[in-house]
Amino acid sequence: MSQQPTTKRDFVADHVRTIPRSGIRDFFDIVQSMDNVVSLGIGEPGFVTPWHIREAAIFALEKGKTGYTSNFGLLKLRRSISRYVAENFRVEYDPNSEILVTVGVSEALDIALRAVINPGDEILYHEPCYVSYQPSVTLAHGIPRAIRTRAENNFALCAEDVAAAVTPRTKALMLNFPTNPTGATMTREELEKLARVCVENDLLVLSDEIYSELTFSGKHHSIAALPGMRERTIFLHGFSKAFAMTGFRIGYACAPAGLIEGMLRVHQYSMLCASIIAQEAAIEALDHGRADMEMMREQYRLRRNFIVKSFNEMGLKCHLPVGSFYSFPAIRSTGLTSREFSVQLLEQERVACVPGNAFGPGGEGHVRASFCSTMSDIEKAVERIGRFVQKRNR
Amino acid sequence: MDPLLQLLEEHALRTPADLAKMLNLPCAEVERRIKQYEDDKVILGYKAVINDDKVDTDLVKAVIEVKIQPEREGGFDRIAKRIAKFDEVTSLFLMSGGYDLLIFVEGHSLRQVAQFVAEKLATLEGVTSTATHFMLKTYKEQGVLMEGGEEFERLKVSP
Repeated sequence: MSQQPTTKRDFVADHVRTIPRSGIRDFFDIVQSMDNVVSLGIGEPGFVTPWHIREAAIFALEKGKTGYTSNFGLLKLRRSISRYVAENFRVEYDPNSEILVTVGVSEALDIALRAVINPGDEILYHEPCYVSYQPSVTLAHGIPRAIRTRAENNFALCAEDVAAAVTPRTKALMLNFPTNPTGATMTREELEKLARVCVENDLLVLSDEIYSELTFSGKHHSIAALPGMRERTIFLHGFSKAFAMTGFRIGYACAPAGLIEGMLRVHQYSMLCASIIAQEAAIEALDHGRADMEMMREQYRLRRNFIVKSFNEMGLKCHLPVGSFYSFPAIRSTGLTSREFSVQLLEQERVACVPGNAFGPGGEGHVRASFCSTMSDIEKAVERIGRFVQKRNR
Repeated sequence: MDPLLQLLEEHALRTPADLAKMLNLPCAEVERRIKQYEDDKVILGYKAVINDDKVDTDLVKAVIEVKIQPEREGGFDRIAKRIAKFDEVTSLFLMSGGYDLLIFVEGHSLRQVAQFVAEKLATLEGVTSTATHFMLKTYKEQGVLMEGGEEFERLKVSP
């Protein structure tokens, strides 16, 4: 039933109204309308959260742990985080004042941006990238500035490109390595060059390292651990990917006390605190979840090898992602755009891959095919994509 | 453990071609290794894990705790190997603790299993006592949950 508008104004704010609809959401609607779809479109682990972690959450409920926690998060969890970050990322944070537990990395990123941006500040980020970076900056009244990364460079970020993008209004650089959707990683040398640019230009770095445990060769390095960087870095991490805990919505930020205090001011008046049940589960994950995490990583490694080899065999050029659980094959050889490829593949073969341009214009010519689905789904999907590509080439 | 063995242990029906892709090895190398493992009796066989509740079977399963008198030469081995040869025995382990051998047996009726224990097992020289426990329901077998129960449909597309 249509109604006559009864208000004279559009109440939605200009900077919200102008944010484009997520390309993923758009595509999701098409996928939802179809049956028997094999999906390589998921952005979360195909594993259910390890049982001992779920059991810790159940135990918390049984013990009646159902209240608020400190705005910072449970001290016990912050201590575990402090130990974990020191051991794995070689940078130390004081659990009393330099760690903030958040509702996923998404909240951490949002409040970090809101805490540091003055209207008109420019924020650099590399692209193709996770879908929320650009809108999050806009919502915080900043100006997002994308730096293109390229397939021939395996989508790593060049320090020279960052230096060239810096203006007097540039405040911060957002990093996400390993990257969703490209699986790109950075070597220590590449990060050192980047760090020099940040120090020279007095930039803050927001480093989203949510996929760091899913690094398949070499060692993951955090930019926060490099000389001169701890004081200018907000290290963002969470439990969703490494411990298969997406639905728990739990993450954290580590930074010098002044920055954490700024973030806490936003967090305490909006989210208050992360769910205590998720926090209890997170303690269990950090203290006893390493073996599960390593098992899952091994499974992803095998699936990655399988999917990347299969794409290259069928003529879709695909670099071997060093981190994350995403492959990002080039589909230009089919003569289709990313969206045409994804939609036609879905219609003809019932396989869902996310069009690369959903992650920014730099993703055009690619699709994101995640290898976190089950092996049997990946096998099925690869067979169908092979058939689709062959038909196109005929 | 060789990742190839792990993969086969999880799912023995994968083709050498698929295994080769996953392990980033030439297919011929995977075939050669599997053959070698079979020849060396590292891989002893390939079996399906069947949910007995879903097939029409009259199988009766029991575990038996057995105490035996170890022998001066050979310890528990001679008797254990002898027991292992019976067709009714599906698995057999030497245990620490209150008894010596744990035996998994299968039969077509309660009576057949009882008969095996009374006539074959308990009468063996060296067996000093047995305690038989019949299995009533299987919840998990060889790492596989009998009822999945953990199927949660994830969003088909997420960021």
